[in-house]
Amino acid sequence: MRAFAEVLDCLSTTQSRTGKLALLTDYLRSAPDPDRGWALAALTDGLPLRIGFRRILSDLMAERTDPVLFKLSRDFVGDTAETVSLMWPAPESIVEPPRLGEVVDWLLNAKPSEHAAIIATILDRCNVRERWAFLKLIGGAPRVGVSARLAKTAVAQIAGLDVSAVEEVWHALKPPYAELFSWVEGRSERPDPGSVPVFRPMMLAHPVEDADWPTLDPNEFAAEWKWDGIRVQVAAKAGDVRVYSRTGDDISPAFPEIRSAFSHHDVVADGELLVVRQGTVAPFNDLQQRLNRKSVTGKMLREHPAHLRLYDLLFTRGEDIRMLSFDDRRRRLENWHASERPLLTDLSALVEFDTFSELEDLWRGAREAGIEGLMLKRRASPYLAGRPKGHWFKWKRAALTLDCVLMYAQRGSGKRSSLYSDFTFGVWRPREGSNERELVPVGKAYSGFTDAELRDLDRFIRANTTETFGPVRAVVPKLVLEIAFDAVQPSSRHKSGVAMRFPRIHRIRWDKPAEEADTLEATMALIG
Amino acid sequence: MRPIEHWLYPTPQGLYCEAGDFYIDPPRPVDRALITHGHSDHARSGHAHVLATPETIAIMKVRYGAACAGAFQSAHWGAQQKIGDVTVRFVPAGHILGSAQIVIERGDCRAVISGDYKRASDPTCRPFELVTCDVFVTEATFALPVFRHERGEDEARRLVQSIARNAERTHLLGVYGLGKCQRMIALLRQQGYHDPIWLHGALVGLTALFQDLGIELGDCRPASTATDAELKGALVMCPPSALLDRWSRRMGEDPVRVFASGWMRVRGRARQRGVELPLVVSDHADWPELLNTIVETGAEDVWVTHGREDALVHQLSLMGRRARALDLVGYEDDAE
Ligand SMILES: [Zn+2]
Ligand SMILES: [Zn+2]
Repeated sequence: MRAFAEVLDCLSTTQSRTGKLALLTDYLRSAPDPDRGWALAALTDGLPLRIGFRRILSDLMAERTDPVLFKLSRDFVGDTAETVSLMWPAPESIVEPPRLGEVVDWLLNAKPSEHAAIIATILDRCNVRERWAFLKLIGGAPRVGVSARLAKTAVAQIAGLDVSAVEEVWHALKPPYAELFSWVEGRSERPDPGSVPVFRPMMLAHPVEDADWPTLDPNEFAAEWKWDGIRVQVAAKAGDVRVYSRTGDDISPAFPEIRSAFSHHDVVADGELLVVRQGTVAPFNDLQQRLNRKSVTGKMLREHPAHLRLYDLLFTRGEDIRMLSFDDRRRRLENWHASERPLLTDLSALVEFDTFSELEDLWRGAREAGIEGLMLKRRASPYLAGRPKGHWFKWKRAALTLDCVLMYAQRGSGKRSSLYSDFTFGVWRPREGSNERELVPVGKAYSGFTDAELRDLDRFIRANTTETFGPVRAVVPKLVLEIAFDAVQPSSRHKSGVAMRFPRIHRIRWDKPAEEADTLEATMALIG
Repeated sequence: MRPIEHWLYPTPQGLYCEAGDFYIDPPRPVDRALITHGHSDHARSGHAHVLATPETIAIMKVRYGAACAGAFQSAHWGAQQKIGDVTVRFVPAGHILGSAQIVIERGDCRAVISGDYKRASDPTCRPFELVTCDVFVTEATFALPVFRHERGEDEARRLVQSIARNAERTHLLGVYGLGKCQRMIALLRQQGYHDPIWLHGALVGLTALFQDLGIELGDCRPASTATDAELKGALVMCPPSALLDRWSRRMGEDPVRVFASGWMRVRGRARQRGVELPLVVSDHADWPELLNTIVETGAEDVWVTHGREDALVHQLSLMGRRARALDLVGYEDDAE
């Protein structure tokens, strides 16, 4: 536990990827089995433990601390597990903490009714950093800025291998990964990956900057719409189909219909996952209903049907075509799609153009739903992992803005807990049965300002508070915030009847009188 | 004898002692101010008369100039002094050099205004001295049960070890300029670190003052005079605000950013500042120290000022003590 706590502690504050990688590789090289394997499991797919974590923590704390103090502390720290680790009564005397392998064994072999007592015993034997690491270990994702991929890269580095070598066998392995360590340390053969389709790192785009335009030749680029869904990779092989997110997370369980649509194919394809009804892309919100689910109901499948709009092809029938040019891959994609016709898919059409200004006109004239922007892809570029410079560009629409009035402020949590950093704002509407107007909240924003602006806002809020409810303050409605957002959607959950997508504070209009802020009518007009 | 609330009470100008006609740590200029210590939210310029310890007066003169008050009067440590209807004495608070608790007595009632204080050891100032009292005025900067600071010696050792491990990288240590800076230097020297320590311009004047007042800090030099070769693998200290600003770019591609503060107990705070090595060292009392100190003073009434008043007042009421938050303006919850 001690070595694991040390490495997790350092990882949580190390910024650079190389720094993190060095820490992890050192740890995985030196820690014994099965400790390191359980640590690796915690950083990748999670430990195979089923613990009622939240409930146990709150029961344990209720026995040991005052509820008001726990709540105040939790609000300040912004993370329950960390709060528990900090508030837990310190051990009377310093003892050796248990080993990681022991800890996992105890919990794996215990009945659920015994979990709370075991967790308390372990916490009693740990110092503050170890308590934190232990709770992060058993609480699911430790969130120390280490992706599953980085952890796998560290394992690969032990043997000087590329991460793809580990990724190819990963899905055939189980924690605590003794086979894997034995292989990378040269003590045994490569584990048999079987036929599981693996994730291939995706190619990402840079936003196009003003300075880029003069350097871009329209003849060298293909353009396609950027659809407002989520980028995925579908990998299908021998009847097994995986849907991976951009970061390599397996999100297949949430999309069974996509899995069955690809069940007879042998392909790795890149595309946008959307909800499409009668050929029309539904708002992003509809897709969101489908995400983060372990299983889906029939109703969900009927009402929020998933669809894959294809951008690119990486493998067909086991052939790696990533080093072909975009144009060649596009031809392969079109031919493959025309002959195989997989269900629930279509191709993202290329947009023909001669000059960028022509392209901009086309874009402005585009009426189709779900277009978020344009992608410019260099015709000669291969499919490269990560975000290589100069190959792919994304060109987004300028955001919409409205002038809104600040109504409520709330203390942030975690790093911002000493400042008011969450802001609810509203627009004007006529008050029923009178000639006056009232403000109605239309959204909440957390970001979009500098530290200095945050401090100014904080000062304004403290000086203009009319009422305080817990961490929330109501303020005199006199400060105008220029809010930028991606879209306005109708919403039955909001009193105003509208909801903004991705609102953020664009500018603070210290100069503008609140009476001149926008109205609900003007806000409604932006729906669509 | 009138109850204490009638002759010692908060006003918009700060905590006021009517029976002696003076303010304690007033945030705005007043005629007569008693100052607990030199931090800028306690010691301001522009008062007509200032009574403070000699060290605090020296600090105020370095920070604000020799003419920052109409007249200064030194309070000798522990000496009783009559002011109006009360007697006053200054007793060490253990917070920073010169920091004092102000003990005010009238009849058989004794109030202690502790300013900021800590109980942990600090080679740069006199240790906290316990004075039993009826009314104890306490700070609440770290008044949440999550705050338990580490020992300064242990944290200094972690820094020395990190410097030894990273010979190629400059260590950039963010510290508050008055108190924490000099305490960290002294702790590092105790841990056997004797290389030159390079100081950001904002830290030079006060550090020199500490040395003039007889505190051993070893070889400290202005960072502006260092060559790039000298900075490699060296320790550079700066105010927290400089940790991420343009100035820090001089410290090589990838300096190890270190921050010594009680706030570093909470990971989010460390990440917010891009701190790679958070050191949980504070010049304020942590939660157990606050509670123990209050109990030891035997005070029946506890008045709580700047910081997390809500949590401390709640805890004291659980402990059966009369506690209330003094809503004093002008103090920073967040500063050290
Ligand atoms: Zn102070
Ligand atoms: Zn203070």
